[in-house]
Amino acid sequence: MSAFTNHFSFEFKTGLRNPTLMLMNYLFPLGFYAMMGLVMVQINPGFKDTLIPSIVIVSIMVSTLLGLPGPLVESREAGIYRSFKINGVPVFSILIIPCLSTIFHALIVSVIIAVTAAPLFDGAVPVSWLNFALITLLSAFTFGGLGMLIGVVSTSSRSTVLWSQLIFLPSMLIGGVMMPLSFLPESVLPIAGLLPSTYAMQAYQGLAYQVDTIYNPVVSVLVLAALGIFSVFLATYLFSWDSQNSTRRGHPLLALLVLVPLIVGILLI
Amino acid sequence: MRDAVLSIQDFRKKYGDFTAVAGISFEVHSGEIFGLLGPNGAGKTSTLECLEGIRKPEGGKLKVLDIDPSRDSRKLRNLIGVQLQTSSLPANMTVDEAMKFFCAYHSVLPRYDLLDRMGLGEKRGSQYHELSTGQQRRLALALAVAHRPPVVILDEPTAGLDVASRTELHTLMQELKNENIAILLATHDMAEAEKMTDRVAILLKGNIVAAGSPNELTATGSGFTKVSIRTEDSLLHKNGTTFPGVSQRVIKEEYAIYYSTDPAPTVTALLDYVRQNNDRLIDLRVERPSLEERFLEITQIGAQQ
Repeated sequence: MSAFTNHFSFEFKTGLRNPTLMLMNYLFPLGFYAMMGLVMVQINPGFKDTLIPSIVIVSIMVSTLLGLPGPLVESREAGIYRSFKINGVPVFSILIIPCLSTIFHALIVSVIIAVTAAPLFDGAVPVSWLNFALITLLSAFTFGGLGMLIGVVSTSSRSTVLWSQLIFLPSMLIGGVMMPLSFLPESVLPIAGLLPSTYAMQAYQGLAYQVDTIYNPVVSVLVLAALGIFSVFLATYLFSWDSQNSTRRGHPLLALLVLVPLIVGILLI
Repeated sequence: MRDAVLSIQDFRKKYGDFTAVAGISFEVHSGEIFGLLGPNGAGKTSTLECLEGIRKPEGGKLKVLDIDPSRDSRKLRNLIGVQLQTSSLPANMTVDEAMKFFCAYHSVLPRYDLLDRMGLGEKRGSQYHELSTGQQRRLALALAVAHRPPVVILDEPTAGLDVASRTELHTLMQELKNENIAILLATHDMAEAEKMTDRVAILLKGNIVAAGSPNELTATGSGFTKVSIRTEDSLLHKNGTTFPGVSQRVIKEEYAIYYSTDPAPTVTALLDYVRQNNDRLIDLRVERPSLEERFLEITQIGAQQ
């Protein structure tokens, strides 16, 4: 078994062994799915139309934004990266493998949701399953990159929660996940444009469900892709091996460059 | 002379305004165990971390197998084995997984035999957080040497180990030395340094204040040799006679203890005294100062300067 597959296998198992990660990867998303399917659909029958993409995006956000950054910070604080460095584990593996493993868990949950939503809760299925799958992969990559970046620039587990919630909570409220963008006042739309979930939902709507959207779905896909690439690049660039060693290639505030694709997105749409 | 596999020349390291290491030089040769001794904050860990490529030095030349760790640390990864003083493994990683994980990155087969040798055979399925501190240290040691590196750097390897584990570690170190592997050992344990090392350097406030073999170090300095004598009538207990070379006399239980700078005339004079006074010798011990005593002497002098 190569070092990469060995490392991936370990990280994947950690996602099941660690109670916090198990909660973030499976229990919380599936519990939320069951609750939304049982309750929200009764309150708002229109929610059936977006049940699958909404819950998939929530699952991906919970795994990547809430689950991924904490262990990255804790590993750095505990000196685990020092052990990795002296044994030749490259930065790319340290960041990408936990991210891939988290994405893998999120995709398992996404498949469960996509397969069961129609028979269990009468959720609308995508017109194009291929586009649905591609957008899900792209969203997982983008949110995974953001989770990595939050883990790299946060100074403590507490600050990861703040940064993650800064994206997660507004995404739930105005990011098109729980209520369609068309329900939002026009003044709120530019703020919604700063949230990656907005672009993910618009891409699902336009390309997988092929309904009219407020944002151009192709531009949404491009923004998501650019955001993911920016996040991975910045996370790798700003990575620090050691909390006791202040040597870092750039100031953590450089992470704000990740807003560039979102601002471009707002201007284009 | 064997090849120097690790060399440091005029190495300096600062943290802000604080100078941790103020220009030290030494070499370690293949098949040698070199001890780096010093009190807390002396600069030992800073020296080791710069040699490992974890930190960058402020000045001087560091070479490990002709590789500059601050420039080519990646090249060093398969050539050095490191047990850090402050490091950890993922809490959910099992002992077996740790061995597989790191051996895979070193492109060697897992050395499960080392786990048995380090007393971790029954813990192979246990996760890292389930291990005791001593077991975690033994695992770190097994991982440090699993890829058979030509240079091994150990930072306080026996801290927190029980006697059996410590003995096993010493045997392992001796075997590595016999395989021509160079070991740089930072330790607080003077008995360990005296027993295991070929040469030591004593660091104090970022400077090397003494260097040489443990025998050379204990033979220098104030050079007090402890002469302990016990006789049947304990006449020396009451006697105020001065003996050649003696600077201090202490009575401890049935022994009269003399600290001498010139032990041969002291012993001769003491035996003459016992014989002339018809006392009978029961026990006589002549002991050189231990490395620990010499270390304390050196560091006390250094601290006063």
